[in-house]
Amino acid sequence: MGRSLWKGIFVDAFLSKIKDRRDLLSNKKVWSRRSSILPEFVNTTMRIYNGKNFVRSKITEDKVGHKFGEFALTRKRKIHRTNTGSAKKGGKK
Amino acid sequence: MAQALATPVAPSLSLICNRGGGGGGGSSVSPFSALSFPVASLPKLQGLSIRCARVGGVEIPNNKRVEYSLQYIHGIGRTRARQILGDLSMENKITKDLSEEELTTLRDEVSKYMIEGDLRRFNALNIRRLKEIQCYRGTRHIQGLPCRGQRTKNNCRTLKGKRVTIAGKKKAPR
Repeated sequence: MGRSLWKGIFVDAFLSKIKDRRDLLSNKKVWSRRSSILPEFVNTTMRIYNGKNFVRSKITEDKVGHKFGEFALTRKRKIHRTNTGSAKKGGKK
Repeated sequence: MAQALATPVAPSLSLICNRGGGGGGGSSVSPFSALSFPVASLPKLQGLSIRCARVGGVEIPNNKRVEYSLQYIHGIGRTRARQILGDLSMENKITKDLSEEELTTLRDEVSKYMIEGDLRRFNALNIRRLKEIQCYRGTRHIQGLPCRGQRTKNNCRTLKGKRVTIAGKKKAPR
């Protein structure tokens, strides 16, 4: 299920290059949704691309180990609840 | 007499009188309560083994084999029950035939794992953490939808609950 440990955490190269420079990190636009959040990123604000625009996200300690993409939803939430039922009858439990 | 008592004890009754207290039985059936007084006067250890065995703070059914009665504990499934028996190299007896020593070793073995309340709390905490950081999985938990990428066009009834018909929705052509 998970990624094997010997590979280490996956972070895109450009992020790992600047991970020690906080001035560059703050308010940085991030397209790489697949990168993990490193402990070095804590207490910065990142702007994560969701395919259309950038979602601001403050990186807290709890978020370490997750991916950037988890914090910027790519889909619009429907206002109405999803239409279920009545599409198929008889499938009731 | 002890054997005679072992079978008719109802689970609710044994819950009340867990440790040698026969007084709780008075409310349900009178002959049993009358019988249980001499049992209470017996050494406490024996009184415990007659009633439901308690492992990990939960009652486990008496008239099943250990492998299956262990599975009544939250956090112990088929694999772990078998593993516990294997680790102890214990025979898969019926639970009521277990001796007191075997029960204590069983309890020690079970207490190594995270079970029941601890496990529930652990899981709830993890889910709460996900909700607090507002990640994708957390929001799915909030919405009450599956968070592991299952389809939600249909199915996933466990999470969504019973179907709700929506008025005025077109029927799908057959």
